[in-house]
Amino acid sequence: MSSEELITQDDVTIRFAGDSGDGMQLTGTQFTATTAKVGNDLATFPDFPAEIRAPAGTRAGVSGFQIHFSSHDIYTPGDDPNVLVAMNPAALITNYKDLRPGGIILVNTGAFTEADLKKAELDSNPLTDGTLSGFRVVEEDINQRTMEALADTELSKKDKLRCKNFYTLGMIYWLYSRPLEPTLEWLQEKFKNKPELAEANAKVLKAGYNHGELLRLFQGHYEVPKVHDAPAGTYRNIMGNQGLAIGLVAGARLAGLKPFLGSYPITPATDILQHMSLLKNYDVITCQMEDEIAGICTAIGASFAGRLGMTTTSGPGLALKTEAAGLAVITELPLVIVDVQRGGPSTGLPTKVEQSDLLQAMFGRNGDAAVPIVACASPSDAFDCAVEACRIATQYMTPVILLSDNYIANGAEPWKLPDMDALKPFPVEFVTDPEGFTPYRRDEKLARNWAKPGTPGLEHRIGGLEKDAVTGNVSYDPENHQKMTEIRRAKVLGVRESIPTPEVHGAESGDLLVVAWGSTMGATRAAVERLQKDGVAAGHLHLRHIWPLPKGLPEIFARFKKIVVPEMNTGQLALLLQSEYPEFRFLKFDKVMGKPFRARELKAHFEEILEEKS
Amino acid sequence: MSVVQQLKAKDFKSDQEVRWCPGCGDYSILSGVQKTMADMGIPRENYVVVSGIGCSSRFPYYMETYGMHGIHGRANAIATGVKVANPDLSVWVITGDGDGLSIGGNHMIHSLRRNVDMKIILFNNEIYGLTKGQYSPTTPEGTKTKTSPYGSLDHPFNPIQLALGAGATFVARTMDVNPKHMKQVLQAAAEHKGAAFVEVWQNCVIFNDGAYKSWTEKAVRDEKTINLVPGEKMIFGKDRDKGLSTDGCRITVCSAEEASVWDPTVDSAGPAFMMTQLDNEPDMPRPMGVLRSVDRPTLDQQVWDQVGAVTGKKGEGTLKDLIYTPDCWVVE
Repeated sequence: MSSEELITQDDVTIRFAGDSGDGMQLTGTQFTATTAKVGNDLATFPDFPAEIRAPAGTRAGVSGFQIHFSSHDIYTPGDDPNVLVAMNPAALITNYKDLRPGGIILVNTGAFTEADLKKAELDSNPLTDGTLSGFRVVEEDINQRTMEALADTELSKKDKLRCKNFYTLGMIYWLYSRPLEPTLEWLQEKFKNKPELAEANAKVLKAGYNHGELLRLFQGHYEVPKVHDAPAGTYRNIMGNQGLAIGLVAGARLAGLKPFLGSYPITPATDILQHMSLLKNYDVITCQMEDEIAGICTAIGASFAGRLGMTTTSGPGLALKTEAAGLAVITELPLVIVDVQRGGPSTGLPTKVEQSDLLQAMFGRNGDAAVPIVACASPSDAFDCAVEACRIATQYMTPVILLSDNYIANGAEPWKLPDMDALKPFPVEFVTDPEGFTPYRRDEKLARNWAKPGTPGLEHRIGGLEKDAVTGNVSYDPENHQKMTEIRRAKVLGVRESIPTPEVHGAESGDLLVVAWGSTMGATRAAVERLQKDGVAAGHLHLRHIWPLPKGLPEIFARFKKIVVPEMNTGQLALLLQSEYPEFRFLKFDKVMGKPFRARELKAHFEEILEEKS
Repeated sequence: MSVVQQLKAKDFKSDQEVRWCPGCGDYSILSGVQKTMADMGIPRENYVVVSGIGCSSRFPYYMETYGMHGIHGRANAIATGVKVANPDLSVWVITGDGDGLSIGGNHMIHSLRRNVDMKIILFNNEIYGLTKGQYSPTTPEGTKTKTSPYGSLDHPFNPIQLALGAGATFVARTMDVNPKHMKQVLQAAAEHKGAAFVEVWQNCVIFNDGAYKSWTEKAVRDEKTINLVPGEKMIFGKDRDKGLSTDGCRITVCSAEEASVWDPTVDSAGPAFMMTQLDNEPDMPRPMGVLRSVDRPTLDQQVWDQVGAVTGKKGEGTLKDLIYTPDCWVVE
């Protein structure tokens, strides 16, 4: 193979790994943006430590970014990478085992001194002790090359070395035949006020790209042609939190309302607050409050005043919002509560993924206080789910919990933008006529009417005390409380009249049904498709609506011999399904390692289930 | 603006039976707020009364306005949402020493520092009433209550000091047994543009009866309290013959003629804070009336100004702009 040789690949996974300070997340997002523009399908998985800067060079400080891109439709960020970029020994040692046999490892030898090895707790150098046998190791002193590229530049040594991730990016761009233009344009914009930095990074990026070719480090290079069977339409690269932010704004608009976000920074949900704070010219008000409780309480106040109140958080924050969520339940005000789940309990694993807040969302309030729950499956699904949460909240006058997770929040993929005509409004009608008004007068869906302050003649009081079903006054009457509890429950269950029965992907009936929710969707779908290729009659049922559960599920369950529920918790959806549908048996498959399922491990487990005698 | 019908206090009475204990100080505060609201020339539908939990927090149910009885300690946060969402509303927070200074202390200080334009009426009876008599964050040290049978060990907050420290732009104090004074103070609070903090000494007849008796009883009131009136000399005493003068870092009693002029509008909160030190001096009168009244932009106004400024600069965003950003691409 010569370095000029261009090999076509269909499907590639690259992992960038380095120290937290090495800029691997930036390198990854740039590669992602360019790859999206090239027209590949893609999925990403950033994986970084909770510490902003763990001690440099240590294993704890390793930050990774994985991207899977392809000429066909893909569902996951890839099981095992073809290429690993390791910027230091800690990054190498903590990641090389995930690489597929024969994969390429690009190593920055500039960070392999004795001291570097010691920081990574290595007694010997993995580049020379045989650790990496079976892989194609490409050694390059990226530190040195970067300094050489910037020899004529008036920057400090420290600033020069900071550009090294762009040298790496340049090399990988060459290796996978990506254009430099999108990143060069981004640099111009990013460093608009610091042209010397824009120029330095651009110089280093080009040097990396050119050296990829000149130095003949790799045996040939690759192209991954764009997806040919992608549905026609307009696409945009989207991250989950970003999708939620614009979905919440769009959802409020479709309800004919202006959004109000009351929030408090918490990993991994903060980006939603940040992104919505940029959207002031879309009638968005954001308030960063003093704590989680104030976040939800301002949102409740804003809903009372006639906006669509929203609050965004993660598991520990949802716990703090519990009491106020109950206030929204009993006052029957619309409210969207977003929980971007992370590893728990308590502070748990703040930057890792888990789906373990499902039962908190379901039951985490005092009293009988059911709320509808919607869960998004991927970054490109986030927009639709946010709109759906706004629809349910406003149409049914109820708080809605929208579950996402860290994997969706920080992952990216191309999003096929909705046709504007397909976004159907669901306008709210405020009551203005005092004739016969009481706060708890209801429509056929059991939603109470909504009168906003400032409307003459409709002055009324709501609050946390139980109210009379007719007059809306405080009531301690036993029969009334029974009645109001039943009405609130029936209202929420009634949401199922407005949601479709989900379709089974794959076999319509047969040996195995895999029921998944949230971000396990991608890996589950990939695993089920692989099982089908092997001739197994397997189906995948994805649940977007967790509560109420859609109609028609028992009919689906009855068509399969076995049902399994893979979850990144210890079986929370399985527990819910088992209690709702006791006539079926739901097998659990748990993973709580702070990492998403891989399609391969799911498939292996499903095969075991299929072999077991029931 | 259309002609606003002249409202009367009774227009603010809801049809609900008021259920505070007979003799409770809350009744006079309810009446004072109703009178003040009627006199403000604001349409009734533009009032929103928000409360937390506690005896005082039943207040919204007795008001023929929009209202929300919230959850414990969170009235300030709920009210912030109401006011920021619609600055045209006149938003009132009803809270107590437990609700507003203990469980809700955090929201209290932050709503004051943000200067959200709302009127915060803190009923201070130095006791938890609704839970039947436990010490609160304003209960004096040594007080015997159900949870401090051998005397409370907690050092109390002075609510006025807390509000001043939090950067409140309006701070005042009045008492339940002086309706005329209360009306003046509530009116001044209502006219203030910004967060107005009013501490009301309120007697709990059941669990802490007579807590303020030594200062508020008619026989001693003029000697033991001083009404601070902006722009007027600080004079007190039954015969209005005594005054307060500031001497460096001390406040001393002097003759009425020698009394200093009270000015709550100075930039520094120092003089007001110094005045609150009188609460700790048994021989000095305790300050009542307006302790601080300064202008600062309100959060609600600033939020809307910023939305206007960004919209003016970037143009009103459409739903399509939101979704179809310049970085999108087309697949044929």
